[in-house]
Amino acid sequence: MSESPEGVIYLDHAATTPTRPEVVEAMAPFMNDRFGNPSGSHVVARSAVNAMDEAREVIAGIIGAEPGDVIFTSGGTEADNHAITGGLPSRSGVPICSAVEHHAVLDVVEALGGRTVAVDSQCRVSIDSLKAALDETGEETSIVSVMLANNEVGTINDLGPIADLVAEYSPQERRIPLHTDAVQAAAWLDLRAAASRADLISVSAHKLGGPKGIGALVVRKGTPIRPMILGGGQERGRRSGTPSVAAIVGFATALRMVDSERDLVTERVIGLRRRFIDGLSESIDEIVATIDDARTVPGTCHVCFEGADSESLLLLFESAGLVASAGSSCSSGASEPSHVLSAMSVADKLRDGAIRFSIGHGTTEDDIERAVDLIPGAVSRARAFFS
Amino acid sequence: MRVLAALSGGVDSSVMAALLLDEGHEVVGATMKLWGGESDSGCCSVSDVEDARRSAAQLGIDHHVFNFSDEFDEYVVNPYVASYANGRTPNPCIECNRRLKFDVLLRRADMLGFDAVATGHHARVHVMADGSKRIARGHDSKKDQSYVLYPVTSSDLERVLLPIGEMTKDRVRSMAAELGLRTAPKPDSQDVCFITKSDGREAFLAARTELHQARVVDSDGVVVGAVDAIEMVTIGQRRGLNLAGGSEPRFVTDVDVSTSTVTIGTRRDLMTDVLVLDQIVWAAEAVTGQVMVQCSAHGTAEAALITDAAGPSDGSVTLRWMEPHRRVAPGQSVVMYQLVGGRELGEPPAATEVVVGGGIAR
Repeated sequence: MSESPEGVIYLDHAATTPTRPEVVEAMAPFMNDRFGNPSGSHVVARSAVNAMDEAREVIAGIIGAEPGDVIFTSGGTEADNHAITGGLPSRSGVPICSAVEHHAVLDVVEALGGRTVAVDSQCRVSIDSLKAALDETGEETSIVSVMLANNEVGTINDLGPIADLVAEYSPQERRIPLHTDAVQAAAWLDLRAAASRADLISVSAHKLGGPKGIGALVVRKGTPIRPMILGGGQERGRRSGTPSVAAIVGFATALRMVDSERDLVTERVIGLRRRFIDGLSESIDEIVATIDDARTVPGTCHVCFEGADSESLLLLFESAGLVASAGSSCSSGASEPSHVLSAMSVADKLRDGAIRFSIGHGTTEDDIERAVDLIPGAVSRARAFFS
Repeated sequence: MRVLAALSGGVDSSVMAALLLDEGHEVVGATMKLWGGESDSGCCSVSDVEDARRSAAQLGIDHHVFNFSDEFDEYVVNPYVASYANGRTPNPCIECNRRLKFDVLLRRADMLGFDAVATGHHARVHVMADGSKRIARGHDSKKDQSYVLYPVTSSDLERVLLPIGEMTKDRVRSMAAELGLRTAPKPDSQDVCFITKSDGREAFLAARTELHQARVVDSDGVVVGAVDAIEMVTIGQRRGLNLAGGSEPRFVTDVDVSTSTVTIGTRRDLMTDVLVLDQIVWAAEAVTGQVMVQCSAHGTAEAALITDAAGPSDGSVTLRWMEPHRRVAPGQSVVMYQLVGGRELGEPPAATEVVVGGGIAR
């Protein structure tokens, strides 16, 4: 069995990306001699809390927020749930989000009886549709949530016009908060600029080289928030539970590396993606890049192979030594139809054969060349068996 | 051989994978996700997928999940609803075998370069004197599943393995326990996997098709009662007809959706000499003469004679029962067996009952 498959070309970095060795190293002391509970007051506790304070400053700085704005969470999903509900009891009013949000936002909005906003064929939020939704819900709007970068196709939303519109519809005494799920964006974009207009920002560590099980919800001053998880009152009473100090330190270490390498990595990954798309287009007919690559985060390359189905493609890619994904997976591990592609009105014949290849910081030119070599054979076999 | 082992998450299929490994095959497990809705006994709930995955990991084999839920809706669930809506009594497990396990899954296995697909059914593959293969009854007669496998033809069997058919259920369980598989104590799956016990078949059908009231008449056409949903009534049914007490038990002898009429009669009225089958699937060539005929998954086989010259697959066949037989509900699968000579490797010569064909009761 393939416990840790060697030699597999990993093009699923948007699902998760390897934990960086520096991160593992930075985390180790907090699972050894610096094991203290940061809520305590003695010397062992202080050793842990100091590291956590420092990590919080680093993360806040890179996101463009104040340290006090950062609430550590168990990951992106908790941050999204916390942002949309606003805590316990949940915010009154009607939440609005885009139709292509991750289920961590979408399902909460639906559970609260909220509304969704249409996107165009490139997965950008339609300003007209947002306006129509705001016209309808008006001052009843509890929150607006638009993801910064989509997890399936990679499209980046410009939050500026969205924030302007939300401000326009806010009643005088209360700003309607704007939330952005920046889970996919944080590995690539400078959130100081890209998320500057958001009042609440969700981030997850494992998408950017940190450990799983840690993330943050940034809540800017003046934005109301109640705790969603109650208990010992950690995180200034906004999120109870003993913080995972090691994970928080790992998160900060990973984000600092992403920030310092951003320009170089972005340029390199854009080059790899160009080569990948060009290589596939040369040898495969009827292949469509779903999104114009100028509109996406550098790592995501969403492609539709006409006349094939995603599940067969992924199985054949895997037998040939490459792993990618078809967007979202359900808890059983089976591929599910994509609500994102439906919202973009992608034609059925394209949607059937949709694959998300996602390149990461560690992807090499050799990976891309090997991928370009093996994909055409798998595609023609999947097409031969497609009915 | 490279074998794709269909793992349902149950004890039979996990032991099947272990047997294949013992025989030296290269084995990869796959679980079909078939049903997206509510399920309690089903073979595709998340917990069953987890059991399958865990068994695969315990055996050290790789495991995939194939999402065939669209195909399951199209080939199994929708026809199931349509069949009841037409007053017929479908057998969805057989349709699942016909369309999913031994068609869609076989093609998937071909695509991925596997030599064979194996399942955990209690049935055997019998090699005939001419080398061709037939489905034979499982070694554990109480668990025999050859009936639900009749759509698997002799040519399909060239790439199908049924290792569990040689074992008793008790042996399967004890082997699972010896191997430490978590599926060892799992109860056998029962009933239709996409129908929950709490809601039942009527609620399932009511959510997908309109159910109609009907009058109940006796064999003289006199109205003797009414039912709320004619779609829920099956030929041979005795209970649930809301009839006033009578001296003799009465059974449904006819269901006519077009006139919303359920006819009842005595046990004698239910009996018939003839059974016509449509959509015939022959295991290999058409057979004639006497066959043993089984009309339900756990029923006993009764003797009948094929009276017309047996036609090709997809055609019809008329059977004449040797003894009068209860009418079989239209839509039910009926499987024909014959005794054949032959010899299992290392066993004394013995007659074996094999599936020669099957069809749908008219």
